[in-house]
Amino acid sequence: MASVASFILLRKLRNRPFHVHVRFFSEFSTENTVTQQRIEKILIANRGEIACRIMKTAKRLGIRTVAVYSDADRDSLHVKSADESINIGPPPARLSYLNGSLIVEAAMRTGAQAIHPGYGFLSESAEFAQLCEDKGLTFIGPPASAIRDMGDKSASKRIMGAAGVPLVPGYHGYEQDIDKMKLEADKIGYPILIKPTHGGGGKGMRIVQTAHEFVESFLGAQREAAASFGINTILLEKYITQPRHIEVQVFGDKHGNILHLYERDCSVQRRHQKIIEEAPAPNVSNDFRAHLGQAAISAAKAVNYYNAGTVEFIVDTVSGQFYFMEMNTRLQVEHPVTEMIVGQDLVEWQIHVANGELLPLTQSQVPLSGHAFEARIYAENVPKGFLPATGVLHHYHSVPVSSKVRVETGVEQGDAVSMHYDPMIAKLVVWGENRAAALVKLKDCLTKFQVAGVPTNINFLLKLANHWAFQNGKVETHFIEHHKKELFVDPTNSGLAKEAYEAAKLSASLVAACLIQKEQFILKGKPPGGLSLWYASPPFRVNHHAKRKMELEWDNEYDSSGSKVLKLTITYQPDEKYLIEVEGNETPVLEVKVAYVGNHVFRVEADDVNKEVNLAAYSEDKTRHIHIWQGSNHHYFRERVGLQLSEDEESLHKPNFETASHPQGTVVAPMAGLVVKVLVKNGMKVEEGQPILVLEAMKMEHVVKAPSSGCVHGLRVTAGEQVADGSVLFSVKDE
Amino acid sequence: MLWVLARRAASASSNLHWSSWRGNQIQLLCRRDFCLGVLADGVDRNSEAFGRNSTTMEGLISELQSQVYKVLGGGGAEAVKRNMSRNKLLPRQRIDRLIDPGASFLELSQLAGHELYEEPLPSAGIITGIGPVHGRLCMFVANDPTVKGGTYYPVTVKKHLRAQEIAAQCKLPCIYLVDSGGAYLPKQAEVFPDKENFGRIFYNQAVMSAEGIPQVALVLGSCTAGGAYIPAMADESVMVKGNGTIFLAGPPLVKAATGEEVSAEDLGGATVHCKTSGVSDYFAQDELHGLALGRNIVKNLHMAGKNGLHTMNHEYREPLYDAKELLSIAPTDFKQQFDIRSVIARIVDGSEFDEFKKLYGTTLVTGFARILGQPVGIIGNNGILFNESALKGSHFIEICTQRNIPLVFLQNITGFMVGSRSEANGIAKSGAKMVMAVSCAKVPKVTIIIGGSFGAGNYAMCGRAYSPNFMFLWPNARISVMGGAQAAGVLAQIEKGSKKKQGIQWSKEEEEKFKAKVVEAYEKEGSPYYSTSRLWDDGIIDPADTRKIIGLCISASMNRAPEKTKYGVFRM
Repeated sequence: MASVASFILLRKLRNRPFHVHVRFFSEFSTENTVTQQRIEKILIANRGEIACRIMKTAKRLGIRTVAVYSDADRDSLHVKSADESINIGPPPARLSYLNGSLIVEAAMRTGAQAIHPGYGFLSESAEFAQLCEDKGLTFIGPPASAIRDMGDKSASKRIMGAAGVPLVPGYHGYEQDIDKMKLEADKIGYPILIKPTHGGGGKGMRIVQTAHEFVESFLGAQREAAASFGINTILLEKYITQPRHIEVQVFGDKHGNILHLYERDCSVQRRHQKIIEEAPAPNVSNDFRAHLGQAAISAAKAVNYYNAGTVEFIVDTVSGQFYFMEMNTRLQVEHPVTEMIVGQDLVEWQIHVANGELLPLTQSQVPLSGHAFEARIYAENVPKGFLPATGVLHHYHSVPVSSKVRVETGVEQGDAVSMHYDPMIAKLVVWGENRAAALVKLKDCLTKFQVAGVPTNINFLLKLANHWAFQNGKVETHFIEHHKKELFVDPTNSGLAKEAYEAAKLSASLVAACLIQKEQFILKGKPPGGLSLWYASPPFRVNHHAKRKMELEWDNEYDSSGSKVLKLTITYQPDEKYLIEVEGNETPVLEVKVAYVGNHVFRVEADDVNKEVNLAAYSEDKTRHIHIWQGSNHHYFRERVGLQLSEDEESLHKPNFETASHPQGTVVAPMAGLVVKVLVKNGMKVEEGQPILVLEAMKMEHVVKAPSSGCVHGLRVTAGEQVADGSVLFSVKDE
Repeated sequence: MLWVLARRAASASSNLHWSSWRGNQIQLLCRRDFCLGVLADGVDRNSEAFGRNSTTMEGLISELQSQVYKVLGGGGAEAVKRNMSRNKLLPRQRIDRLIDPGASFLELSQLAGHELYEEPLPSAGIITGIGPVHGRLCMFVANDPTVKGGTYYPVTVKKHLRAQEIAAQCKLPCIYLVDSGGAYLPKQAEVFPDKENFGRIFYNQAVMSAEGIPQVALVLGSCTAGGAYIPAMADESVMVKGNGTIFLAGPPLVKAATGEEVSAEDLGGATVHCKTSGVSDYFAQDELHGLALGRNIVKNLHMAGKNGLHTMNHEYREPLYDAKELLSIAPTDFKQQFDIRSVIARIVDGSEFDEFKKLYGTTLVTGFARILGQPVGIIGNNGILFNESALKGSHFIEICTQRNIPLVFLQNITGFMVGSRSEANGIAKSGAKMVMAVSCAKVPKVTIIIGGSFGAGNYAMCGRAYSPNFMFLWPNARISVMGGAQAAGVLAQIEKGSKKKQGIQWSKEEEEKFKAKVVEAYEKEGSPYYSTSRLWDDGIIDPADTRKIIGLCISASMNRAPEKTKYGVFRM
């Protein structure tokens, strides 16, 4: 990591007065442009937060909005936010959000002049862009040709190479002679990655550290490739040991002007997806920044780009070199961090460019102020390898927004995170005068961001933000892998385990006190039966104090055996105080004083510390799920409600058709009636409880079932036959 | 209508204290009309008596608490452990799970059975009290299986019957948590045959059920012999699998009588009674299930036995003075005089007391107030009862019964005035008037003995014999027909007379010894523990809880519709 210094220049903090507020007055001009019909109504061919975000800008500009939605999104926020909305089919995306012709039809129907594709779905479909154009609709994005050029990864590299944009050094030739390969390898420089041209999954891949290892590794890779894929052609690429993912936001208009809006660092990734992005990139010199920007502009120019795009580079932190990876021909998820540091609304720019206007700024006019972070809050299961999670957002309480804090979301409390789409809940975007200030803000907001109902990565994001290497801006693509020991729970660390247990006990104690206080509050407001005296706080007992037991189940990450049940005894005290004892530990009884502020907010006083506590509780499947946020701690507990009753035989009503006067297994008619249906034949094997025949009596059907498993014997009755009460119907015998 | 006005008055007067943002007019109105009755503090905190009383009383309360702490432990650690191993809760825990979460429970006669028998019998082996279930006040009667297997001692029967008496009086649904081995056989003569004995339990169940007061039994343990009738007589009953058994004779007796060998579960378990015999209605898989079923039964009572006045406005203000100071006010030496108003000031809402006939018969204080929002008529002693005080008391009781205002008696009485002048003035006649008024008054009555309770004073001030709905003692209370010293004097004179007739000379020393013995006996028998142990009351309480307890008692008493009072012949 020390080699990062190779491109470090001391970051100059800019002090010029500048505000990050989104500009309200457009600086776009239409000079020298053919006046064309301006966009007055946009259809947003997307969902979730990006649809909402686009609508916000459209509304501000006085442009009407049309939402499209699948059946799963009928009540979504993006539908509610739009002026009009149109259903485009069933939940699976390929039948709705990816159905270009339906969407174009929706635009025509509603009279929208333009379609904004957002990101994902159809945003990088050249066919869709073309379809829009063909139907006379403005596609808010780059020309279809640029999408096509950049969509093909090898073609794009060829174009970039020709345009002089740096590419990862490598050899992709057909000549596979070992001496030739060795020569190419030496030319590229070690370490080197040997990769079969076909196949995947890491098969046949080799990293060669030094020249004298090359031959052996190469031959091995060839053999393996031949064995696995039948083709043994190999390519060589420079292996970058500590890469960073840095991308440049570019923007072009339809008049050939292209500029860049600085870079974003998106190195911190899990499952090859970004989770924290920032702008500008930390530990980067202005010189490097300028070079990177220029390279990005060259890349865009090479494909006659207009509208918003992002050029992605891989940066070798050892050598300080950067190489072109790919270009994303759309507005990116993480575009808000750029907006925050340049003080521009990129969606507004997109619309103006689509209108054929000139870019509002020249390159030298683009401001750069402060630092911004974006944290992506996902519904996911961090300990289970960041697997996406689904569920209902029973409690969703984001942080208050301001000029420094943005929350981009497409959900509200009560919405479901479904399996059909991306499980992102929200993007938290913060700005500060410098990186350190922005980081403080980020951590504070993450601490206060409350989601209950689905597991989220908020705690993990907090750990990331608190990590020393992240604090120092030492980000790289393998960050999470390199620091997993500190980022994930280490069950062998008994010190931390004890700390976690103590924190859980405190939280559980506060949960108990708050829940009971809220119960008292509710009882006071609406005493059952109007008996207010009997529900006064604290509940009265003659010459002693009322007690209460509560069992809270806590997922102990440090214990592989899973959850731990915390058994609490709560003793009511006067003046909204509670004495709380946790069973089986030496910690003294904790006195907690609680005031219920309202909604999910409480004020507690424990151990002479007075603080605000937030609580969310909801019930599902005979379990009360309780989340508590106190200080920088968030805990989740489960409490069983109701009874866990077994399907006990004795408690079930089972008509007894057997009578003692007949041999074991004989079944007699429970009442006089008509045989309506006979379901089995003599000699057939039946399971216990299996229906054998149906009787009708008193206008009711009665199903006669097998009393035990075995073979049916002596079944003589047939449908339509009248049987007398107590007459033998059949018997079931074991083999 | 009166109540509406009074309520308006109360809320208007509260403005005076709580908010000044309303118009001056209202404030003036308040001042003119409603703040007449605010009682003065009336306590000299620097006095010697104040300090002495509080020291003594604190000692008495810590004694009380340690006694209560003992009985809360049931029949001892060993028995409690055994009980737990059978997946059974203690009776108070059972009740805690039955009543609404966060609700109060008014336990009765906690210390019944205290030092009554050779062996300790905590809470007489049965827990009784009142608490709400789904917003319905219920009377709970719960056997304590950790105390002598939940068997019925004579005092256990008495406590059970007392709970039923209250339930009948207040029309409270009864929930019996049955876990008892039946009558305690060694004392069968005091348990079984008499009118107020074991059989009365079932009689009461039948009569209450006839009156529409729901009777619910939860069989959580054994329910043997006579006890089997508790669930059998109930309107609805629940049985817990494994633990609950009902049979007239247990397996050993069956074997002896008929030779049949059968397990308890097969003889009278939940399966038998829920499926075959029909003795029980609900099958519970375990105790918690049983308790939940019990709550459900109450949920479905609908209007049964419900005709009270619970829709009252319960907005109220706390007294102006600290209730804890009652500890310093309560006299431990009954010769010491104190103003009963300083007690009232710490019990009633806003310390507001509208006194009736303040200047007449001043040794009895009467007046109107509210306790936790509920209107009450208070009658408190401020010295010996004279003719005038007795007449005033009778007058006030008549007023309260006419208006259906519950009565609260604050007893601290050494008796009626004696002597020739008093007799000639017809003190017996005046006392009889008050006793007549107290006896016939059909409004809810709550008696608190805050000091001495001697002689006919006990009667006139609604002692146990006058069936107050509830009656509690402060730890400093004393109850006897007269003071120990007076009794010793009277007895010594009689003894001296009879000895004189026999020609025996009684030495001064012998006389003193005789007197001391009488005083000692009176001291013991007059103690609140002696009283509460025998159920002469419904419990000893911390004076600071008085307001709360009176409030709960009146609320429970208002569960029924008002009854019309009819008086007998007053001797004029």
